Amino acid sequence: MQEIRFVCGSGGLGGGKVVAKALDEAMALKPHFIACDAGTTDSGPFSLGSGRSNYPREAVKRDLEIILSAARRAGIPVLIGSSGTAGIDAQVDWVVDIANEIATEHQFKVKTAAIHSEQSPEYLKGLYRESRIKPLDPAPPLDEALLDRTSHVVGMMGVEPLQRALAQGAELVIAGRCSDSALFAAMPIMKGFPEGLAWHAGKVMECGTQVCESAGRGVIYAKLTQEDLVIRPYGEGLKCTPQSVAAHSFYENGDPYLHVESSGTLDLTNSTYEAVDEYSVRIRHSGFKHSENYTVKLEGAEKVGYQSVVIGGIRDPFFIRNYDTWIEDVRKKTTTSVSEILKLAEKDYRLDFHAYGLNAVMGKLETETKPPHEIGIVLNVTASTQDLATKIAEISRQPLLHTPIPEWSGSITSIAFLHNPVPLDRGAVYRFCLNHVAIPRTQEEMFRTRVLEIG
Amino acid sequence: MTQLAELATLIRSKNAGPFVLTFDILFKDEKKYRRVKDSGVLTRELFAKLYKCPVDIVKFFVCDNALGFKYSIPRPTFQGEVGDPDLHGGQQNAPLMAVEIP
Repeated sequence: MQEIRFVCGSGGLGGGKVVAKALDEAMALKPHFIACDAGTTDSGPFSLGSGRSNYPREAVKRDLEIILSAARRAGIPVLIGSSGTAGIDAQVDWVVDIANEIATEHQFKVKTAAIHSEQSPEYLKGLYRESRIKPLDPAPPLDEALLDRTSHVVGMMGVEPLQRALAQGAELVIAGRCSDSALFAAMPIMKGFPEGLAWHAGKVMECGTQVCESAGRGVIYAKLTQEDLVIRPYGEGLKCTPQSVAAHSFYENGDPYLHVESSGTLDLTNSTYEAVDEYSVRIRHSGFKHSENYTVKLEGAEKVGYQSVVIGGIRDPFFIRNYDTWIEDVRKKTTTSVSEILKLAEKDYRLDFHAYGLNAVMGKLETETKPPHEIGIVLNVTASTQDLATKIAEISRQPLLHTPIPEWSGSITSIAFLHNPVPLDRGAVYRFCLNHVAIPRTQEEMFRTRVLEIG
Repeated sequence: MTQLAELATLIRSKNAGPFVLTFDILFKDEKKYRRVKDSGVLTRELFAKLYKCPVDIVKFFVCDNALGFKYSIPRPTFQGEVGDPDLHGGQQNAPLMAVEIP
């Protein structure tokens, strides 16, 4: 095999960016596989904690239908990673179900490998007792009680589980939590292509058209040889430039050069980027260094409570200039009432006031001192149950509405509420509780593959 | 003196995972990139002052092949923690925009 060709169908399955026409253009170049990341932690811990996907079922089906149909016509495999946003087992099964519906409707049979990557508290406690869980920097504190409290923990797979699925002849791989880049690196590495360039291909392709000068709707195509990697987009108005591709290694990475994966580290220190034509960029000299230990990054979420939200605004300049003392009065009145009515101490719940227009976005880091003409207030109430959070939010309504300032005498209404009823219930909220890696006893034990025929 | 925002094509902040906040300052024009690089204004100390954090937690990268500078720090509040005001970390870049470059 002199070269291997592949396509990124979408930077996020369900995001609606895949366009059939652009994919057809890339398919004309006879790629060997299509890969597509379907998840992220960037949207926050909710999906991992609750199991809910970022995208509606219809949106995932729409994208997968375009990709799977094109791949079946060409007879090439499709790899989907971080299925259903967080890649927990139920989300993998959800995407398998969607794929099955597509296959049934189109009347094709697809040999499918579903790879589960969720980790049980019992298994993780076993690793922990053997000092096989190591913190990354920075990491929240870890103990066995935390592992018991987690809603879900997933291990991020590298290329190996994907390669095992491909070796079994899978035409569709629906993987749990997965390194985005591994989806693209798995098959090229299996076929003997250079690991540095294979991983680098994944790094620049996994976000789809974000690697272009201006992102848009379309697909990314790559051709990898023993010497170089050439990538180009297909889609209206899309082009890659050496600078856009080089700069993409900056995106969402703490280090622009070194990227740690399960089996080692991708090193872009010596990578070069050159224009091939108006749309395409050639990459060379990317390195990959194998690590001593095979590590699996862990992601975990735990429930921290329930929230109720109050939204309102203030416009009266006297209130605005008194904001800090006024809101402190509101807080005190609220906590006093909560203590009297619900018998809760301040440590039992949280009131977070966010003052939009003043410093809500940057908090203590805000550098702007000019007074605003309007302040939007969002009060987040967090408590151990939804019932309590709602009740505390209801109690905060009167202090927000009628806390006076020295400038005015007589009864005054101090806030413009947006909603009736005032509180909005948000349900359960979660936090990321792990930034650790596991060192499994064997490379296989954290990932479970089930091969089935769908359609 | 020129503000950094007038020289760069993109100054952005973003999560790099839930625990790290990263800042990119990117250029299309190599001359402007060189001007900023050669000015020596962008340092870890400058960032620590702007973002009120200890110097030793600031990582700083100068990347000639991408015409860019990168700063990374541990996230002041982990992403999505109760009280975190910026879920994607995407609106923390403003203080860098006003940095004066000779």
